[in-house]
Formats: sequence, C-alpha cells, structure tokens
Amino acid sequence: MSDWMDIAALDDVPQRGSRVVKTPGGCVAVFRTAEDEVYALNNSCPHMGGPLSEGIVHGASVTCPLHNWVFSLETGQARGADIGRVDTYPAKVENGRILLDKATLNQRIVA
Amino acid sequence: MKKKLIIIGAGMATGRALETLLVTAPDAYDVTLFNAEPRGNYNRIMLSPVLAGDKTYAEIETHDAQWYADNGVTCRFGEKIASIDRVAKTVTAANGDVLAYDKLMFGTGSNPFIIPLPGHDLEGVIAYRDLEDTERMMGLGPVSKCVVIGGGLLGLEAAAGMAARGVDVTVVHIMGHLMERQLDEAAGYLLRRALVDKGITIKCSANSKEILGKDGYVRALLLDDGTELPCDLLVMAVGIRPNVALAAEAGLAVGRGIHVDDQMLTSDADILAVGECVEHDGAIFGLVAPLYDQARVAAKTLLGEHATFVQKELSTKLKVTGCDLFSAGDFADGDGREDIVFRDPARGVYRRLVIENDVVIGAVMYGDTADSNWFFGLIRDKTDIAEMRDTLIFGPAYQGGTPLDPLAAVAALSRDAEICGCNGICKGQIEDAIAAGAGDLAAIKATTKASASCGTCTGLVEQVLAATLGDDFVLPAAASICACTDMTHEDVRRMIKSQRLTSMPAVWQECGWKTSCGCHVCRPALNFYLLADWPLEYQDDPQSRFINERKHANIQKDGTFSVVPRMWGGITTPDELRAIADAADKYAVPTVKVTGGQRIDLLGVKGEDLPAIWADLNAAGMVSGHAYSKGLRTVKTCVGTDHCRFGTQDSTGLGIKLEKTLWGSWTPHKLKLGVSGCPRNCAEATCKDIGVVCVDSGFQISIGGAAGMDVRETELLVQVATEEETINLIKAITQSYRENARYLDRIYKWMGKVGMDWIKERVVEDLAERAALVERFELSQTIYRRDPWADHVRDKSQSYRPLANFSLEAAE
Ligand SMILES: Cc1cc2nc3c(=O)[nH]c(=O)nc-3n(C[C@H](O)[C@H](O)[C@H](O)COP(=O)(O)OP(=O)(O)OC[C@H]3O[C@@H](n4cnc5c(N)ncnc54)[C@H](O)[C@@H]3O)c2cc1C
Ligand code: SF4
Ligand code: FES
Repeated sequence: MSDWMDIAALDDVPQRGSRVVKTPGGCVAVFRTAEDEVYALNNSCPHMGGPLSEGIVHGASVTCPLHNWVFSLETGQARGADIGRVDTYPAKVENGRILLDKATLNQRIVA
Repeated sequence: MKKKLIIIGAGMATGRALETLLVTAPDAYDVTLFNAEPRGNYNRIMLSPVLAGDKTYAEIETHDAQWYADNGVTCRFGEKIASIDRVAKTVTAANGDVLAYDKLMFGTGSNPFIIPLPGHDLEGVIAYRDLEDTERMMGLGPVSKCVVIGGGLLGLEAAAGMAARGVDVTVVHIMGHLMERQLDEAAGYLLRRALVDKGITIKCSANSKEILGKDGYVRALLLDDGTELPCDLLVMAVGIRPNVALAAEAGLAVGRGIHVDDQMLTSDADILAVGECVEHDGAIFGLVAPLYDQARVAAKTLLGEHATFVQKELSTKLKVTGCDLFSAGDFADGDGREDIVFRDPARGVYRRLVIENDVVIGAVMYGDTADSNWFFGLIRDKTDIAEMRDTLIFGPAYQGGTPLDPLAAVAALSRDAEICGCNGICKGQIEDAIAAGAGDLAAIKATTKASASCGTCTGLVEQVLAATLGDDFVLPAAASICACTDMTHEDVRRMIKSQRLTSMPAVWQECGWKTSCGCHVCRPALNFYLLADWPLEYQDDPQSRFINERKHANIQKDGTFSVVPRMWGGITTPDELRAIADAADKYAVPTVKVTGGQRIDLLGVKGEDLPAIWADLNAAGMVSGHAYSKGLRTVKTCVGTDHCRFGTQDSTGLGIKLEKTLWGSWTPHKLKLGVSGCPRNCAEATCKDIGVVCVDSGFQISIGGAAGMDVRETELLVQVATEEETINLIKAITQSYRENARYLDRIYKWMGKVGMDWIKERVVEDLAERAALVERFELSQTIYRRDPWADHVRDKSQSYRPLANFSLEAAE
C-alpha cells in the first residue's frame, strides 16, 4: 500500500506541462497531460541528463528538451530507436490534488 | 397489517423502485410518497426536448394521478419532509404532520450548484433542474438574450433548446473546450462548430466575475476580462451536489452523498437511499442508468430478497439535434494504451478508440455515432479485439473495409476553397481545368496559374489532381510534417488560411491528423502558423513551444539558462551595465559573455532564479532580448554618422528604430538584422537575414544572408531614399516571411523556394500589397510587441519554482 502525500493542486501544473519536486536525490518531474493524468518521473534524461520537465508533452509522452529523445510517461521507456529508461514513481490525482508516494520521496532523500 | 413505507422524493430513481416493488409485491407496503416538486415522477432527462419544443410535459410524465391511484400510493406532492426522528421512526412533513414508518427511502436527488458570484441571488438567475426552470426558459421571447454559464451536458442542452426558440444565447465555459469531462479537444472542437452554426455564441476559457443587475433583476454577466454580456435570463449549469441535508440532520452517515452499501441501505438498516443523493463505494451518480440498477436492488431489499448493486461503465450522449456525440470509458492517453484515430473531414466525423491489452477501454465519437452501442458493448464486455484491430475503427459494418484515405482532407474541401493564395485560384477552378483536359501539374499551372507563383501550394494542387483523376495521377511523395499527418508544411499552411482554421483542434480535424493531439514536431509549427495568420483569434500556446520560448531563456546543456537583456541597436549605458553587473553578482552567474549580436549574455542562471533576475533587469529599464526565440533577435549597428568619419547616415539611430518596431514578433526562424553606416559594412549587415547598408543617396536593403552552418551573402532587394520607407519595407518583408515561409526556414531558404522575384513583386513593386503587409504586421504587433519577462514576473513567477521542496527535510 502506498502512503500518499499531498504535493500541490492539479492546476499548479499546466495541462501538457510539468513542474518539479526537489529532493536531495535530485528532482522528480511531475507531468500533467491534456487529459489531466499525472505522472512522476526522474527529471534527468538518461542520454545526457536533460531536464525532462522542460520538454514538450504530447499524449502520454515527453520529448527531452536537449536532443529530442521521447519517453513514455507511464513506463519511462525511451520510444523509437533510442534505448534508455527513466525511473517512474507512483502518482495520482484525488479531488483536484496531486499525490505522490511518500516512500519513494523518502527513498530519494536517503539515496 | 401492511408495513408502512415512506418515500422522500418522487424522482426518477424512486419512481423506478416503486414500479419494481408494486409489480413484484403489490400488497407488501402501504406507500406514502412525498415530493417537494408539486407533481409526481416525470422523465427529467426529457426536459431538454420539452425546452426545444419537440415534446410536451404530458408526454414525459412517467406516472400520472391515475397510476398512483390504481396502485394505492398516497401522494403528498408539493410537500417536503422537514425532519426525521429515527428513534421514534417518524417523519415530520412541512405542515407539521407526523407520520410513522417501518421503512424509509431517500430519493432526494441533487441540488444544482450555484457559483456564489456577486449577484447570484438576483431575480432571473436560475439553474436547469426541473419543470419550473424549463418553463422560465420557454417564457423567453425570440428577441431576448440569455447567458448560460457552463459548457457541460446540461448547459449545452439548455443553450440549444433556447436557441431553437430564437433566443440569442451565449455559453460561457471556464475550460478550454466544451464538455471536457466527456470529450477530448478534437470532439470539443466539432461540437463547438456545430453549436456556433446554430447561432449560439461560445466563449471558452472564460471566467465569470460578477452578475450585474438592475432593480433586483439580472441585466448582464461580467467576465474577468471586462466583457459584459447582456442578458434577460442567466442559467447556471455548472454541476450538481447530492441533496444530503435532511439525511445529515437525521444523523445518517454522509460523505459527498448519503452512504449506502451494496443493498442500498444507509447506516440505518430501516432507511434506504437511491439516486443522485447517494454515495456508493466512493462514487456519486449523475446519469440515470446506474440509478435504475439501484432502484431494482432497493426494491428487492425492501422485500427481504438479496440483490447487489454493481457499478458499471457509463456512456454519455448529448440530446441536441444535429450534434451526434458519444463518449464512454477512459479515453486518456497512456502507455501500453494505443489510440486509433479516424477523422473524415468531409463528413465532420471524428472517432477515437483507446485500446489497452487488446481491449477497448474508451471511445469518443463525433458526427457519426451509429455504431456507438457496438463500441460500448466492446468496452462493457471487455471483448478481445486483436483479430479486428485494423478495421475496428470503421465499426461493425466495415470489418474488412476501406483503409484510411490520405486524400480525405483535400477531397473534403468545397469548390470555393482557395488553393493558390498568390493567384486566388480555388479548388473548383482546378477541377474545371482537369475536366477540360489538364492532366498534370504543368498543365494546371499553364491553364489556371495555380502554383505558378511561389509554388507553396504545389502539394495541394497535386492532391486535387489525385483526388479528381484517381489512379490516372501518381502523387509524388512529399515529406509530411511528421508522423501525425500526411500533409506537408505548405499544405497545412494553405489549409489554415483558406479554411480559416484558427485553433489547433481545428487543424487536426480538418487536415485529418492521425494522432489525438500532435507531437513535439508539429505542435510548435502549428502554434506559429496559427499565431502568424490569426493574431487576434488564436491564443499562443506555451505548452506547444520549445522550452526556450516557453521560459523566455536559452536552456544550456546542464539545464541552466542564459539571460540576454535587450540593448536596442547594440547601444547601452553605464547604468544598464551596472545593473547587469549587479545581477551577475547577485545570482552568482558563472559566465558573462559578449555576443556576436552586440549583447551581453549571462550564462548559467538557475531556472528558479529567472523571474527574480528579470525583475531586477526590468527595474533598470531593460526588457527581454529574445535571444532564445524564433523571432526578432537583434539589430546590429555600427556607429555611423554619430562618430565615424565615413558614415553616410545615422545607422545607429535607424537600427534602434527598427528594433523598437520589430521586437516581440515571432517569425518562422530567428531573424537577425544589421545596419551599416557605409559600404565598409562594420555591422556585417550583408550576412544577416535582413541587412541595410547606408549610402549617400539612401539605404540599400538586402535579404537572405546567413552566417551559421551555411554562410551566404544577402541579395539586394531594393534601394530606397528615406528611413521611413526602409522601416516600412522591412516590416513588409518580415510579414511576408511570417505569412508564407515554412516553420524553421530562415529567410534565405524561403527565398530559395519562392524566388527573389516573387518577394520583390509583393513588397517592393505592389504598393498596395506592401501597405497591407505593414498593416497586418502592425496588427499582430499590437499583441506581441511587449516584454514577456515583465509578464512572467507578474503572472507566472510561481511556475518557475519547484512544486515542492524536500531537499532539506524528510517527507512528512
Ligand atoms: C435537463 C436534464 C437533462 C438530463 N439529461 C440526462 C441524460 O440525457 N441522461 C442521463 O442519464 N441523465 C440525465 N439527466 C440526469 C437525470 O435526470 C438524473 O440523474 C435523475 O433525474 C436523478 O434521479 P433522482 O431520482 O436521483 O433525483 P430526481 O429525479 O432529481 O428526484 C428527486 C426529487 O426529490 C425531491 N425532494 C428533494 N428533497 C426533498 C424533501 N426533503 N422532501 C420531499 N421531496 C424532496 C425533489 O423535489 C425531486 O423531485 C438530466 C438531468 C437534467 C436536469
Ligand atoms: S560601416 Fe562605415 S559608417 Fe559604419 S562604422 Fe564602418 S566605416 Fe563607419
Ligand atoms: S539529454 Fe535528453 S535527449 Fe540528450
């Protein structure tokens, strides 16, 4: 069972956009799609560390702003010819609030 | 003795429960039915056809007086239950009567939500829930005006019903597209178009601020942006809240609704609840299908039989004539989920299926919903669709049928759709030329002139040939914008102009996009095309921009940003330099560099610090240098007659004037200018996109230089005598470039495609065209000539900060 933690209002993240949550283990990018789903991924691109939160969000994918690798928001897998994966974390929306899993956040703090 | 059942509310849910109860065990209970409305159960969902004049109230009455009499139901209509004593097992009616019950059933429905805007209590502000509301709307005469707040199912049915009676209706919706909970943007676009065709005005992304009144009666709705919408009646249809007050006062467990278990029992075993007033397993209900299931279960529970209420998938349709839409299940994008999109621009059809693990989990349809039940069946039954995947989208009749037609968008164009903008040639003229024997592009050019000028419409002309001649014409392969579409940049630009497509969903639909919402390749291009062609109608979409243009700074390889304040014409002052130095110190900027465009670049600024550093630079009078944009970057100048002994004109002054006119404008690619005071050319004007070299007799304007991966010298366009003419010509060139070039083509590339002569004809020779270009440029600049830094500092600085910061502490 996940232990959920209230992070922010859904509307604090624009549709087809992203903002970060800072942890000592690096930033977690929180994405919101056009259909109001949220996803949480490690903010760092496996290619050369590009900040994925600054990418263009389309469907349930994000394109890295540095060299256009495209990642699935759900699995973190690179799409197309590129090979790589970004860590994903549990996230959900409830009553207009974004919730992240407390354990993963704490893990990143220890990490 | 018969047991006593008292029912609170004669609505659709309790009505169905009563029917079931009376059919199975007519003698089990002595029933008393209270209803706050002064009538019995009617088919509430058919109020919309009543409003539209397609039905009368008598036709939608479910149970009439005779039915209640025949079934021995004691009716107390127009009477509310005021309170309940659960210990004594009695209810008290509004008139004070106390009645005992053995079983009590709640069916109190829900209350329309009224936004507590100032003025919400004025006379003439109503909801849309019951017959009284409907009659108020029906009472409006054909010359009256009505505003509906809420672009959901109810609001739109109310709007369409009144519009059918000739009322002038405006719908104000807070979200970006209509019925956003049931529809995606594409279907929302089609719906909007259909309603606009019915004469309804639709305002999306509109925030209501205040309801204005006169003598206690509503007079207008005031929006956030200052718009006043006059109205004789204001209908609020923004959602419903389960009606739980009475249950809560009686001490029953309530959350958002009255808590019930699978048998529809509340926390008190003698009290049941059904309908919109209940909350079951965390869910509340707003459509009748689940309420009918609940009603059947409740009837069985009353009879001591075991039955269980199970929540099922729901689907939505809109009861507005001519707007066929359907939505069911979950249609959000997701990985492992596959989208199948089908658009038929000719028939205004949009279909989208969302598939996960070979099962359809969601469907949105617009325009042709004949197959919706079949699709809904697939969703409900979780049918494995692997076998029919390729043709699934065409519905049950077409299994094994036609594949998607890449020519559909062009085939759908009407005969008067303009294909060639240069020569004003419409599709019909091309078709006529083909009928008269023109069988290839050269023949079309020769007979109609279509595509004979700038050539950007070539692709569309070829598609008209292919659509008309079928197999007799082989369509040359052209590179489409991206995998989302078969069309090229040029095709899409032409469509945007000739079909007046002013939003992204409109382009997606009318050009047959194969994805639901584009990708990182097409969205930035479309965003530019739309804002360049429709500066007033289209609103820039930051989420479709590359990060640099979204955050107004250049992203660096380590994720930090560079900040370049504007220095008009490359001129600065000691005060500005001091402010820049202070900012560099304050924000610990690691690198300060002088750029080739005569600016100072602060490199390595953290994303979070951007608004603060901008605010400091703004305070010193500086604005964004747009060093990150596909737009006007810099106007580089030499010192000219001010200081140089060779100078022929005030090159610095002209450069500053040019920069002050052009700044803020978006262009297909970056736009750099140079102004040199004499042919010695110290400002390197002849390798800029647009260069001006001053000579004794005036100003030589040349275009199409580059000093990047390609190095090219500009070509002379014209020499003019005055500064004023120079500025006007440059505005006209810039606008023509904005309107005609493909996204990410610098001027020299565009010039290579359309030819110098084509450009010269329009901006130099044709004075009327030049004036029109200047006018359109200025119109666009009324919106875009402003400092994005100041705007973001004021409105968006929060969005530059992390959502939350746990870097110092453990998550609590
Ligand atoms: C215009 C309109 C169009 C709709 N279209 C659709 C549609 O296309 N498809 C669909 O599935 N659904 C539609 N709905 C929703 C559907 O009508 C409701 O879900 C359904 O009517 C709810 O039934 P109910 O029995 O829970 O409540 P209701 O039908 O609202 O009945 C509740 C009754 O309880 C009475 N009451 C409340 N408190 C008390 C009290 N203290 N004492 C006595 N009586 C009380 C009220 O006066 C009311 O008559 C529509 C609704 C509206 C208004
Ligand atoms: S371009 Fe001519 S006027 Fe300008 S600085 Fe050089 S020499 Fe002087
Ligand atoms: S760092 Fe993400 S694509 Fe290169």
